[in-house]
Amino acid sequence: MSLVVRLRSAVCLLGRFPALAGVDLDVAAGETVLLSGGNGAGKTTLLRLLAGLIPLERGEGTVLGVDLGVDRRSHRRRIGLVGPETGCYDDLTVRENLEFASRVAGVGAGAVDEAMAAFDLGRLADVRHGRLSTGQRRRLALAAALARRPDLFLLDEPHAGLDAPARSHLDRVLRETAADGRAVLIASHELDLVRPVADREVVLVNGQAAGVRADGSPPEAPETPTTPETPETPETPESPGAST
Amino acid sequence: MSLLREAALIAGKDLRIEARARVVGQQVVPFGLIVLLLFAFALDPDRGVLTRVAPGLFWVTVLLASLLGVSRSFALEADNRARDALRMSGLDGSSIFLGKAGALAVELLAFEALLTLGVVVLFDVRLASLPPLILATAAATVGLAAAGTLYGVLAAGIRARETLVPVLLLPVVAPVLLGATRAWEASIDGVPGDAWPWVGLLVIFATLFVGIGMLAFGPLLEES
Amino acid sequence: MIDGRSALRSDRLMAPVARRVVGGLSVVALVALVVVGLFVAPPDAFQGDAQRLMYLHVPAAWLAYLAFGVTAVCSALYLWGRTRSLVWDRIAGASAELGVVFTGLTLLLGSLWGRPIWGVWWAWDARLVTTAVLFFLYLGYLALRRIPAALDVRAKRCGVAALIAFVDVPIVHFSVTWWRTLHQEATVFNPDLDVQIEGTMALALWLGVLSFTLLYVYLLDLRYRLEVLDEDRDERDLEAAIAERAQGGVPSAGTVGVGS
Repeated sequence: MSLVVRLRSAVCLLGRFPALAGVDLDVAAGETVLLSGGNGAGKTTLLRLLAGLIPLERGEGTVLGVDLGVDRRSHRRRIGLVGPETGCYDDLTVRENLEFASRVAGVGAGAVDEAMAAFDLGRLADVRHGRLSTGQRRRLALAAALARRPDLFLLDEPHAGLDAPARSHLDRVLRETAADGRAVLIASHELDLVRPVADREVVLVNGQAAGVRADGSPPEAPETPTTPETPETPETPESPGAST
Repeated sequence: MSLLREAALIAGKDLRIEARARVVGQQVVPFGLIVLLLFAFALDPDRGVLTRVAPGLFWVTVLLASLLGVSRSFALEADNRARDALRMSGLDGSSIFLGKAGALAVELLAFEALLTLGVVVLFDVRLASLPPLILATAAATVGLAAAGTLYGVLAAGIRARETLVPVLLLPVVAPVLLGATRAWEASIDGVPGDAWPWVGLLVIFATLFVGIGMLAFGPLLEES
Repeated sequence: MIDGRSALRSDRLMAPVARRVVGGLSVVALVALVVVGLFVAPPDAFQGDAQRLMYLHVPAAWLAYLAFGVTAVCSALYLWGRTRSLVWDRIAGASAELGVVFTGLTLLLGSLWGRPIWGVWWAWDARLVTTAVLFFLYLGYLALRRIPAALDVRAKRCGVAALIAFVDVPIVHFSVTWWRTLHQEATVFNPDLDVQIEGTMALALWLGVLSFTLLYVYLLDLRYRLEVLDEDRDERDLEAAIAERAQGGVPSAGTVGVGS
């Protein structure tokens, strides 16, 4: 089984703050991994590191066969990143945003229709992004990532703000993705929602991968670290819907 | 996808957003016209001073408006972290640069057209020989848009960008102000021969900054 | 240093002894300049004693251009992948600071000199205007350097800005010269006022250039050293912050974020 992600002692800085202080992580193709941990544990930073958006300060990192220490650009087209914000333009409609995103990614227009259908965005196609609700924006962001047909999904709090139908859409997409042999990393506080679709769980504590729970068997008592919540620092972006 | 098609995609996106948001139409153009009025208050409109200095006033106003344009162009990419999405797109830095600078140039040209009307009406300026005037305007605008886009991305990730961009950009584009103003003066005076050397200078400036921008935009976007 | 970037580190430009020697020599040359410039060289036939300002003005201008040239070359060396090293960035930054100081000095001295000779503090002479634009170009560069950012981010940003400034200077100079010559028949530099270089005058001028250059080298090394010490301190803070974070604490050092 080939590794999609391989990190060894990865250190990442946000300003002068070591948001990741030595992370080891392996993700194989076709795996769905839940990334859990308290606020400020480094989940968002880890996803941004894997997407190549921030540099690897120390340690080793390989994503989709690309060494992050050498090149953090060429693998980006194969990644679907859903961050705390949509990356869309307020004055463009849902369809225009999706079309722009897929055209710059070099994907055909068919992918846009599929992705819109997958997240039930048909009725919103001509609504401008600026008028969408939080949950609708989340659906749009997920659709935009899906439309790129990526080999690796990096999802930051994908369930935040989604209603019940949208959550079941997301679940279905996640299962299909795994069946396709694509890898998914989900950073989330919604442990009950993600554990059923995840193959395993990696717990981040203080910028390090602390505990690794194997094979999705839901544990009786949650072992999530009971470390006191680290205070929010301005440079640690958390998704707006994140709550613990 | 070819460089130019990618650039057209980006430029089309920026222009479509601008057409919807109407910031240039509803804010930048009125800003330019009020500046013309203010100049008339500051200088005596009766003694023909305004007519004589109109080219300089015109280009100072364009320079100020270009600062607003640059700020607006990169505010788009800051909202909803669109800049991250742009980086994730895998597009080449030079095509993003060409697209954004192209869109800015189109916006500036539209602004300049309206401002020219304002100068003609308010300052009683007569445009004697149009060809050098139009070419000088086009070259100056491309140069401004290229330099502005370059400094826009340079400052994109910096909190103090609204104050930093003018400090960095204005000295750099000083030759554009000089060249475009002289070319306009010569065109208005009806001595196009004096305008052509300045047009040449403006073309050199534009070429240089388009070149630098294509090389540097990508790496700078990564650090924003 | 412990980290992997130690290969890029070069803690000083010259040995402490060498710096002291250069510093001492610059003092000697400055004293000689004072003696020759104020007492040995004769007063100018037309300008009188005011002309003695030239012995500071011209070397300051020379140094400003030297300093900005060094900044440009070092920025290019940083930006070019194969020679990328923070050493170049530090020299570029240090040299630009000195360049701005000496440009300011050039303008100030020129203004003081111009007042008795031309009767005005400021003349729209091409060289003067170019120098003023140069001053503001690099003032912006220094403002950019002061923005907190990771070292390599700052180096890249500033490297591009320095190269742009360098490319822009000839265009500014060219356009300004053209502007002044096209629109003004006689410039403020009346040929009659041109300084006749006499033997001791030339000596004073050369002493000025020599002493200022030595001073530049001395200050450049000092500034470089300061930058290295700054970086070392940041590096130690970072080590502590990583260790502290890994152990579960909230690092207190330097958590002020940069950028957006």
